Amino acid sequence: MIGRFFKRFYLATIFVFLYAPIAALMVLSFNSSKYMSKWTGFSLTWYEQLFSSELIMSALRNTLVIALLSALIATVIGTAACLGINHMKKVPRTLMMGMNNIPLMNADIVTGISLMLCFIAFGVSLGFGTVLIAHITFNIPYVVLSVMPKVKQTEKSTYEAALDLGASPLKAFFKVVFPDILPGVLSGFLLAFTMSLDDFIITHFTKGAGINTLSTLIYSEVRKGIKPSLYALSTILFLAVLILLVIGNLPKKKNHEAIKER
Amino acid sequence: MNPSLIRLEGVSKTFDNTKVLDELDLSIKENEFMTLLGPSGCGKTTTLRIIGGFEKPDTGKVYFDGKDITGAAPNKRPLNTVFQKYALFSHMNIAENIAFGLKIKGKSKSYIDDKIKYALKLVNLDGFEKRSVASLSGGQQQRIAIARAIVNEPKVLLLDEPLGALDLKLRQDMQYELIRLKNELGITFVYVTHDQEEALTMSDTIVVMNQGYIQQMGTPEDIYNEPENAFVADFIGDSNIIDGLMLKDELVEMFGVRFPCVDKGFGTNQPVDVVIRPEDVELLEPGKGSLEGVVSHLIFKGVHYEMEVMAGGFEWLVHSTSCFPVGTNVSIHVDPFNIQIMKKPESEDEEAVGVNE
Repeated sequence: MIGRFFKRFYLATIFVFLYAPIAALMVLSFNSSKYMSKWTGFSLTWYEQLFSSELIMSALRNTLVIALLSALIATVIGTAACLGINHMKKVPRTLMMGMNNIPLMNADIVTGISLMLCFIAFGVSLGFGTVLIAHITFNIPYVVLSVMPKVKQTEKSTYEAALDLGASPLKAFFKVVFPDILPGVLSGFLLAFTMSLDDFIITHFTKGAGINTLSTLIYSEVRKGIKPSLYALSTILFLAVLILLVIGNLPKKKNHEAIKER
Repeated sequence: MNPSLIRLEGVSKTFDNTKVLDELDLSIKENEFMTLLGPSGCGKTTTLRIIGGFEKPDTGKVYFDGKDITGAAPNKRPLNTVFQKYALFSHMNIAENIAFGLKIKGKSKSYIDDKIKYALKLVNLDGFEKRSVASLSGGQQQRIAIARAIVNEPKVLLLDEPLGALDLKLRQDMQYELIRLKNELGITFVYVTHDQEEALTMSDTIVVMNQGYIQQMGTPEDIYNEPENAFVADFIGDSNIIDGLMLKDELVEMFGVRFPCVDKGFGTNQPVDVVIRPEDVELLEPGKGSLEGVVSHLIFKGVHYEMEVMAGGFEWLVHSTSCFPVGTNVSIHVDPFNIQIMKKPESEDEEAVGVNE
């Protein structure tokens, strides 16, 4: 009995530590008082303020556009890279996968500063374009990592069978190979999208003046003193990422069920 | 009838410094069931892949109906392949799998539907249109793979060890199925296998390959009864391969005993390889045959007994329906026409080509 109680208590404690801060933030975003120390009643003022702020809305637009574009482009490049790497011989393949993984381990601050230096050295003025390029750059390895297992699983013979039945190489790829690796491509895209969405450090170093994403905006606002509308923004961000994660995991479950039904 | 539908001329192929095919010449007739038979690594699959267009030969030419197709891509060749691992498209149902080739050729919907029905009937899987690939057994998947290939009405069907993954019973059923299909469709089959029984059962012509060379080409009867060298004799069925001395035409000496035979033209006093099939060795009571020996092993195989008989310092493999217990003294007799004489390999190089175990 006691053992079971402690097991549950232990688990509960861990989840409290993990989620209490986020819960506090969410609760406070609905507080009508400006001060976080006291609860004066439920209100949506901060949400109203949030949506009427041109500054925040443009940062949101930037964030979404950059996340979407960078994830899309990185998915295309990363998937193509996987196909190429898979056709290499063993030694170069291992080498390429190793080189792909190093940027993942690399500290964001190093990536950020080195990208910034690079842009400056080549005379590229910092702005929307450099942020986009930076995001594509750090997203590609994530896409490769999630697409590669699927590519490895595909049988070479199904591609050859499609050729044999008269399909051109391009058609064979899109009709036979692509559907097989689609789950990996989708999860790679979602991973890249969320990575881009919540990146702060690399964006901070590559954005230059005059453009903000949500994370850099929050950072600069916080220095001026925290406004509760930022709680509201953070709440929305958290829920958005949560929804994305749920969507990302749903298709897999469906697939499993489909296989079981058979 | 066109004498040769597919012709390979001087085809060589090297992978990673290993010569897989060396100056191979091969000609496949229309309506023929030809089997490429050999141990793994003999180049049979590579030959098939070169015909299918999945590999380019380093040297040599491939002709189809007199046209040079050496450089043609797989999707531009008038032949279809059945792959070893079925290679069905798992995200499509059975009907979509079969329709794949026809859709690409832009056939009408009604034509495609008719063809699907016809093909499924042909492979005895009527009504499977809406089933998923994963719901089928291995044998059924293989039949769908065949259906998917034949709806395109190829002149030649290439089959790469299509029965390799199936169990024995299913494999035997599928062998009959394939022969029936071949006769109904009236097209050329090129079949690759390492299973000699499969090759003997189904083929019109067998090509025995080893280390990138053709060892022998002929009807199943030719290959089995008159192997040209020790490799073929050893690979096709069990056999006793004995060092002999060809004294003169129709007389060979083994273990100091003279055996009359029917082969001629080997010269006089020439060393030869003698092949005797285990079922051709007759065991008689002591003193009644040509060579005395003792039974050293006995195994019951169902159809027959398999025995080893120690005679003349050689372990003879014997298949017989009568049983001789271990230790029985027996006398070996072989009918002259059951003794097959083969030339000894002349050089070491030829030896390496011929016998590799």
